[in-house]
Amino acid sequence: MKARVTITLKNGVLDPQGKAIEGALGALGFSGVGEVRQGKIIDLELAESDRDAAMKTIDEMCRKLLANTVIENYSIDIV
Amino acid sequence: MKAAVVVFPGINRERDMMRALHVVSGTAPIPVWHADKELPDVDLIVIPGGFSYGDYLRCGAIAARSPIMGDVVAKANEGRLVLGICNGFQILTESGLLPGALMRNRNLNFICRDVHLRVENNRTPFSSAYAKGQVIRCPVAHHDGNYFADAETIARLEGEGRVVYRYCDETGAVTEAANVNGSINSIAGILNERGNVLGMMPHPENLIEQLQGGDDGRGVFESLVGALAA
Repeated sequence: MKARVTITLKNGVLDPQGKAIEGALGALGFSGVGEVRQGKIIDLELAESDRDAAMKTIDEMCRKLLANTVIENYSIDIV
Repeated sequence: MKAAVVVFPGINRERDMMRALHVVSGTAPIPVWHADKELPDVDLIVIPGGFSYGDYLRCGAIAARSPIMGDVVAKANEGRLVLGICNGFQILTESGLLPGALMRNRNLNFICRDVHLRVENNRTPFSSAYAKGQVIRCPVAHHDGNYFADAETIARLEGEGRVVYRYCDETGAVTEAANVNGSINSIAGILNERGNVLGMMPHPENLIEQLQGGDDGRGVFESLVGALAA
């Protein structure tokens, strides 16, 4: 089973890299770009075949390591 | 003073730290490898700076889950003194021993220069050799030192005197221009609730004698020696 974890910064957490991308897009002439936020994607291959069990395990992985829940949100998609 | 210095792969400030501890306390600290499960019997545990695990995933994230950290957390919870410098501070936040997180510097640059710090609280084992309000010079060398925590946590840290060191200019004024990395309230170093764990981004171990251009950082180590002798 394959899964994708998407990690984004929580609202209100300053994202200097997103700001830099925002500025660079403006410099390239792309107008009308509002706030840019940068995140990360982690793809996982799991031996587990049960969807619910996989979701539960990945959720634990996110809380223990993949995301820092002080500053980040995460979402899990089984693909 | 018996101290242990925890060494992770990718850490590069452990020798500077061990030398500073040795020079100031007169006792050589014990290096401890991250794969060990137990710390030796020491009064002080130090997590030095560097780039543990290449800063992969998030700075300090992998190191915070390595085998030795279980005992570091256990000893911290027993009240043993723990000092984390730079990457060590990041590891302490990632391990949950300190609140908040260290984000990418506001200007996105790796910053390596001397800054000034104001001693906000000198009633701690990590700052008692300084006067309250004293301004010290200290080097920084980091890419991710921008301290962040939610408003409630910041209010608690401030209200409980747990902001020990704050970035300032050479006169002691806390200004946005002197806030080297964009940290909330110019926070450079914080204490845990119990008062036995301190994390700070600057490197006092790199300014302990005139050979290094000054000894303003020596007070951090003198404070620890004093606290442990008492």
